[in-house]
Amino acid sequence: MGFLDKQFTNENIVVAKVEDLFNWARLSSLWQMSFGLACCAIEMMATSASHYDFDRFGVIPRPSPRQSDVIIISGTVTLKMALRIKRLYEQMPDPKYVISMGSCSNCGGPYWEHGYHVLKGVDRVIPVDVYVPGCPPRPEALLEGLLKLQEKIRNEYMVNGNSSAGKKSA
Amino acid sequence: MKTIEEIFEILKAKFGDSILELKTDQPVEPFIIADPLEIDKICFFLRDEEGLLFDSLMNLSGVDDANGESKNDESGALNIIGGTLSVYYHIESTKILHKLCLKVSTQRENPEVASVFNVWRHADWQEREAYDLIGIKFLNHPDLRRILMPYDWEAGHPLRKDYKNPEFYQGMKVPY
Repeated sequence: MGFLDKQFTNENIVVAKVEDLFNWARLSSLWQMSFGLACCAIEMMATSASHYDFDRFGVIPRPSPRQSDVIIISGTVTLKMALRIKRLYEQMPDPKYVISMGSCSNCGGPYWEHGYHVLKGVDRVIPVDVYVPGCPPRPEALLEGLLKLQEKIRNEYMVNGNSSAGKKSA
Repeated sequence: MKTIEEIFEILKAKFGDSILELKTDQPVEPFIIADPLEIDKICFFLRDEEGLLFDSLMNLSGVDDANGESKNDESGALNIIGGTLSVYYHIESTKILHKLCLKVSTQRENPEVASVFNVWRHADWQEREAYDLIGIKFLNHPDLRRILMPYDWEAGHPLRKDYKNPEFYQGMKVPY
């Protein structure tokens, strides 16, 4: 249940758990690392632009991994780039999230057999929270991926439990 | 503007045995086959000679001809022994507006071709690409490093027909 679904007890006072408040704040301002890899990055840019407007979900591109909450792996992950992606991911502060966008970063995509230079799935180097299928996914698909990630964050423990890995039991 | 037959005669008169053959019976455009170790001198001449003035290297590509002896080892992997690797040069004169295709072939075991870096700077990265993917060594190239694959790639040159992809690179599994 989301923070805003809580009961309004008095005129404009919401009674909720701190945990829910924090989760609501975090999922409503997922700052994204401005980082694109291939053709999926074009769709990601379209998602950020005015027509699809990523900003209405609080997604703002940040120029540094130190200021980012989420990294969208948007495109083919070459073996050469995989090492850089791993380093960027490690530079991000906890709690941090990964959206794998498109077939290439999900599983190698069209390069699955003869791609001597392609990592067959970015989850071989960093943990992925949401996979968005498509080649490339349309902006709507990426938006749904973001909503799924928000759903995940909404159900996390912040105060109790072990950091971002913790999950509430249903 | 000169035809490839006229250019071939000019080169043959100038370089003699370094110009091997004029191929016109191909389904693609005709080309001149030259000596791989003399190609830099030939290209200097093509660039500077009045009436030729080939000032632009449009493309340089390496090719694995795979015309050696093919063998499958115990694991079924292909090995090619002997045969040639080739480099094709597509050059153009932007002043006279004529084009030419050159080919050099070199031994697969020790593939050495003279670099044309000093003739056309365009050749810099294109020769690095041919080195990276096919493994042709360009003599006198100032900076012959890999350009696309990682610098520490040890599994060989991926566009060779008998290339085998490694199981792991830097701890990452490579096959699907």
